[in-house]
Amino acid sequence: MKLPYQGAIDCDVHVTVPSSAALVPHLDDFWADHLTNRHIDRFPLTLTGNAPNLPISARADWRPAKGLPGSDFDMLRTQVLDNFGLRYAICNVMHGAIALFNADMAAALIKAVNRYVAREWLDRDPRLRGSILVPLQDIDHAVAEIERWAPDKRFVQCLFPVMGDQPLGHRRYWPVFAAAEKHGLPIAVHAGSTFRQAPSGSGWPSYHLEDYLMQSMAFEDTLVSFLTEGVFQKFPGTKLVFAEAGFTWLPTLLWRNNKVWRGARTEVPWIDRPPAEIIREHVRFTLQPVDAPDGAMLNRIFDHVGSDKLVLFSTDYPHPHFEGDDALPDGLSDDMIRRILIDNPLETYPRLREGADAGAAHSTKEAVP
Amino acid sequence: MSRHVVAKAGEIAPGTSKLVTVKNREIGIFNVKGSYYALANRCPHEGGSLCAGRITGLVQSAGPGEYSMIRKGEFLRCPWHGWEFEIATGQSYCDPQTVRARQFNVEVAAGETVVKGPYVAESFAVSLEEDYVVVDV
Amino acid sequence: MNMPVLERDVQGKSKLSFVDCDIHPVQRSDKDLHPYLSARWREHMDNFGGHIRQGLIGQVMHPRMMAAGQRADAYPQRGGPPGSDLELMQKQHLDFNGCEIGMLVALARGGMEERNLDFSAALSTACNDWQLHDWVEKDRRLKAGIVVPQEYAEHAVKEIDRRAQDPAFRQVIISPKSSEPLGRRRYWPIYEAAERNNLVLGLHPAGISGGNASSGTGWGTYYMQEHYTFGTTTTGNLISMIVEGVFEQFPRLKVALIESGFTWAPALGWRMDKHWARMRKETPHLKRPPSEYLREHFWFCTQPMEEPETPGHLTEIIDWIGWDRIMFSSDYPHWDFDDPKYALNFKMTDAQRAGILRDNAKALYKLA
Repeated sequence: MKLPYQGAIDCDVHVTVPSSAALVPHLDDFWADHLTNRHIDRFPLTLTGNAPNLPISARADWRPAKGLPGSDFDMLRTQVLDNFGLRYAICNVMHGAIALFNADMAAALIKAVNRYVAREWLDRDPRLRGSILVPLQDIDHAVAEIERWAPDKRFVQCLFPVMGDQPLGHRRYWPVFAAAEKHGLPIAVHAGSTFRQAPSGSGWPSYHLEDYLMQSMAFEDTLVSFLTEGVFQKFPGTKLVFAEAGFTWLPTLLWRNNKVWRGARTEVPWIDRPPAEIIREHVRFTLQPVDAPDGAMLNRIFDHVGSDKLVLFSTDYPHPHFEGDDALPDGLSDDMIRRILIDNPLETYPRLREGADAGAAHSTKEAVP
Repeated sequence: MSRHVVAKAGEIAPGTSKLVTVKNREIGIFNVKGSYYALANRCPHEGGSLCAGRITGLVQSAGPGEYSMIRKGEFLRCPWHGWEFEIATGQSYCDPQTVRARQFNVEVAAGETVVKGPYVAESFAVSLEEDYVVVDV
Repeated sequence: MNMPVLERDVQGKSKLSFVDCDIHPVQRSDKDLHPYLSARWREHMDNFGGHIRQGLIGQVMHPRMMAAGQRADAYPQRGGPPGSDLELMQKQHLDFNGCEIGMLVALARGGMEERNLDFSAALSTACNDWQLHDWVEKDRRLKAGIVVPQEYAEHAVKEIDRRAQDPAFRQVIISPKSSEPLGRRRYWPIYEAAERNNLVLGLHPAGISGGNASSGTGWGTYYMQEHYTFGTTTTGNLISMIVEGVFEQFPRLKVALIESGFTWAPALGWRMDKHWARMRKETPHLKRPPSEYLREHFWFCTQPMEEPETPGHLTEIIDWIGWDRIMFSSDYPHWDFDDPKYALNFKMTDAQRAGILRDNAKALYKLA
């Protein structure tokens, strides 16, 4: 069904840097020269899963005539912000620099990406919000990038891919969670892989479809990582947003972890209450893709997980998850619709609650180093 | 209810237990620091041989990476799924979640960071009478 | 108020004989296989032993809870590991609980994770002989599963064909911790042999790694974390088998998922269908939505039994999966053993209970 009213908050919209050359002006002299010398600026730095020719990279009517899906600002404004009558849309730039091995290069490029987003997107429409892309290859760089953008209140969360070097709850990442918690920034874990290892415990599959399907298993394992490592105990202000994860796998995860915890508690004794309770408090999920046949089944899943607060509206533009403007599944109650479109996102993102006056904190000439 | 002699005083050393059969029921007699307790040898979860479990303490944690053990010798871990029980009361620790858990009187005792669960292992009154350990079944 | 829950649940229930779809026999030591190995391989076992893809020998990298993952009360008095003593197994489980038929899943020393392919072939053959002579012939309630050198398809096929006519063997056992996802064509000869011989394919995780990290996110830190990956690795394999077209190629193949849970199955079916529909042209060999292959070709064992916050949710999910697809398993002698008297603690009709405890397995494995 269509959105019944204006003012929804879209928590997962994809913005794409049109080319690596477009980043060069945002690099310092060394990196500008280094990357152009090596012709790195001529490569798109596109993640494997985002290959533009894949059918899942863009809905036909959302694919620009020229350029990469998600790179056309006017299309985004017309097709998403205006068309759905949104109050806010959170931009997630899943840029390929996160997959590079050279941590310094990745950090330089990612800084340029975040700068590009601030200037070329956030500056141009007060409804847009951003996610701080983070170079996880080096934790000091990662923390520095968060500290750099935190003062710009239009950045409302940090952004990680779900499959990187290690399970994301691991202690090596903790300085990043400390920084995010300090600034009240939720952490968005987004579908996407740097392919440091095979996408599944049994190895490398043959088809793109399998890669995509296996993302949800990675989300499950990631959630168990955050839980067992005690991230929510160490950083109680942590909020996770699982983006483009599907979520109909969640009941199994809650039940299984409740059960195993009773016998394995002494291995991870900082878990002081049932895992399902911890997860319901700290973790949220963007709506798309809706991996359920209809709203009736979705309602059953909400019942199984024991909460109506978990799902945040998203279109996942320009990925093709629904036809026309039918961004909501049929069969949801008015109350649930309101929760998904507005209440749950506002409860999740402190910076959206503050109604960040877009004008106040976005003087990019000064704020951006 | 009838009273049964199950052991001689001093037969069950502190920190150990003895499995006895009384009226066709298997019962574990535990000596916890000189006091005697008796529990049915059947875990309320899935019937595991509770009294074959490890006698241990209660694991606590102040946060990730921190581990401590308190009340050594006062707890039993079921040898099947590892559920933890306080020997003196049969009270389970680590709240097994049911949707109706609210109807039980769940409380957190001061000084402990683990929630008592609604499951209880069946226990029996034990007394020490002259030279014998006696249990009420 | 607080009371032993079992008293309420079990009083009045009559004993039902059952089929146990997951029992683990274990050798007391390497020596138990010696009668079934040639001198060359006995010597190899002594001088070299296993060559596996992990950092430590003789144990799993994420140590188990509770007595190395075993029921502490299943250690035989006369020595040897849990699962190595038939008499104790009978006393504690087969006789005690009224087991009518027990399906053996012989993980130990079965060769499935052995890198030396010739050695793996020898181990599998020896392990299958051992199952027959040391278990099936001594207790007629027991049925064996053919363990195979799964990374060496040519020999796996030979072993399957060697055993297929013996009614003691009812399935082919494969570990989901394989070198490659199980849908990949290198494994197809194994499926061809299983289908041709009307043998079920039983997937059961072995503890040893197939060389890949247990998750697409990397290796986990804790056992509680690793435990969950048995499920996600299995579902990854399901995706692979379905999407690669194994069930188009082998339409009569039937797969039993042992120790992977089952409540995730409907959600997986929905997700597969949704995204296959958008990417259909990549896999033209698939003639039907993926969830249909899932519905038609897979059976699920109950252990470790799911414990939802509301037991009724379990009933609902089995309604979605199909009551004919769920089969009881105990996982004796492991620590998370499910007792047949108490584990099925949710609402069902008598016929449904009989199906789970007995009839579904009898139908699938063609047991009398």
